[in-house]
Amino acid sequence: MASKVFIGAGAGFACDRTDAAGPVADTLATLPGGRFLIFETLAERTLAQSQLDRRRDATRGFNPALERFVGPVLARCLRDGIKIIGNFGAANPSAAAARIQAMARAQGLAAPRIGVVDGDDLTALLSPAELAAREIGGAVLRNATEIIAANVYLGAEPIAQALDQGADIVVTGRVADSALALGPLIHAFGWRLDDWDRLAVGTLAGHLLECGSQITGGYFADPPFKNVPGMADLGYPIAEIDPDGSMVITKPAATGGRVDRFTVIEQLLYEIHDPSAYLAPDVVLDITDVTVEEVAPDRVRVTGARGKPAPETLKATVCVDGGVLGEAEISYAGPNAAARARLAAQTIGERMNRRAPGLVLRVDAVGVVSVLGDAAGALARPWASDPGDIRLRFAAQSGSAAEVELMLDEVEALYCAGPAGGAGVRKRLTPRLASASCLIERKFALPRVTLTGGSP
Amino acid sequence: MTARTVRLYEIANARSGDKGNRLNIALICRDPAHYSAIAKHVTAERVAAVFAGRKPSRVVRYDLPKLAAFNFVLDDVLEGGVNASLGLDGHGKSLSYLLLDIPVQIATRHAVATTCDSPVTR
Repeated sequence: MASKVFIGAGAGFACDRTDAAGPVADTLATLPGGRFLIFETLAERTLAQSQLDRRRDATRGFNPALERFVGPVLARCLRDGIKIIGNFGAANPSAAAARIQAMARAQGLAAPRIGVVDGDDLTALLSPAELAAREIGGAVLRNATEIIAANVYLGAEPIAQALDQGADIVVTGRVADSALALGPLIHAFGWRLDDWDRLAVGTLAGHLLECGSQITGGYFADPPFKNVPGMADLGYPIAEIDPDGSMVITKPAATGGRVDRFTVIEQLLYEIHDPSAYLAPDVVLDITDVTVEEVAPDRVRVTGARGKPAPETLKATVCVDGGVLGEAEISYAGPNAAARARLAAQTIGERMNRRAPGLVLRVDAVGVVSVLGDAAGALARPWASDPGDIRLRFAAQSGSAAEVELMLDEVEALYCAGPAGGAGVRKRLTPRLASASCLIERKFALPRVTLTGGSP
Repeated sequence: MTARTVRLYEIANARSGDKGNRLNIALICRDPAHYSAIAKHVTAERVAAVFAGRKPSRVVRYDLPKLAAFNFVLDDVLEGGVNASLGLDGHGKSLSYLLLDIPVQIATRHAVATTCDSPVTR
């Protein structure tokens, strides 16, 4: 059994920085104990996008940045015995494993032993109607006939099993983000799967690490109130965990960022609803008694996580076609810009009312009212100011691409058939995926662990 | 007690997170001395009023005294969430700043902790 475990975060979202893992791996290599580098790269929608990629090409369907994430640290991790765990397998973990093997060959490395975790895909097990019956808090699936992706959040056990079987690298599809850290801890410390307080510690470690730099000064800086030194070189976090569940969060030396009670508490509460019941597949985590204590510069001790028995049901994310989103922008600037922008917005509203009466149109006035506005958009209220440089943004969504394209064309037509000085039109059409959450009975979650390459 | 008015922005930190159409905003006191004033003034009802334009179906405040923090959970305020909203910020990442704009009354004997460098590093 390991005497101490060190878990570093190499990435915290699908589009995260790809040179962040290097300093974390370099630091892990110097530390005595079990060392793990985790990559969390799978947002709610990312998996459905990957499923579409896989339909087009059976060798794809994993995170497109896989090579950029893993390539720079692969040799270092294999040489120093740092295990890599990532959900970058997305919709096709076995293809991701094959790609990692190809990377290893190209780098002249011996074939690593890779554990592939799948069994999260529900599309063969539950029909659209059966999924719809399990949807919570919405009706996205009510009339769905075709499911693009339906994946249940697996827990830490299959990851621990893959590591128990000698995996150097574990590639998963949909697992709970926290399982990426809890799996290694169950493997290294032999924690029982009903030792709720220990599982709570591992789940908390995963929660704190899962967003990468969001605990080391990312999503935080607000100068001069909240200063973050060395933002350009933000260090990504490392959790140090003892067998009894003591935990310290830190980051590599000689990197930017900060780890203190303020950065840790913001991440501790990130995407939390009821703090006494954070639902994970492995345990229900209670953070109401957690305390956060600075023990040295950039070292924070986190204690007090409590666990309650794992929930009966598991969450699944289900995606269906969401039509297309069209966005078009045009600028008005200089004296009286606000009046010209308002006239442009009203004109588009009237033209679209006639040409596509059912289409819901949103208008933002970037620089006046946009992100802090509400769904009614920029025309619903008086504008507080005229900044003299306004970018109007029109948005509409529909199952009919033609209807949305019509809106985009009407905005472009403002060049000539609109107010004076309309400038800089940009148009974009984006396919959309609508997502729903379902609660699934555990009997439908059938995790499978397959080892490839290397030797145990 | 003499009091003065400050914006939350001057005494607290906040962070938004989303799950589907539900938003949470963690609000953290820079100085624990302000915890009770914030608890008194920044109620779930007041936050619901600030977000009224987004028509929350429910607002709950969870208190975390050991962290000198609060967690606000606002249901159905993200225009359908990141996969459905027509707005630019379907995640609601900017919305913590709507909360931080709220004026609150604090006792004048309490200093305003404008910066939040940690005791260990400063």
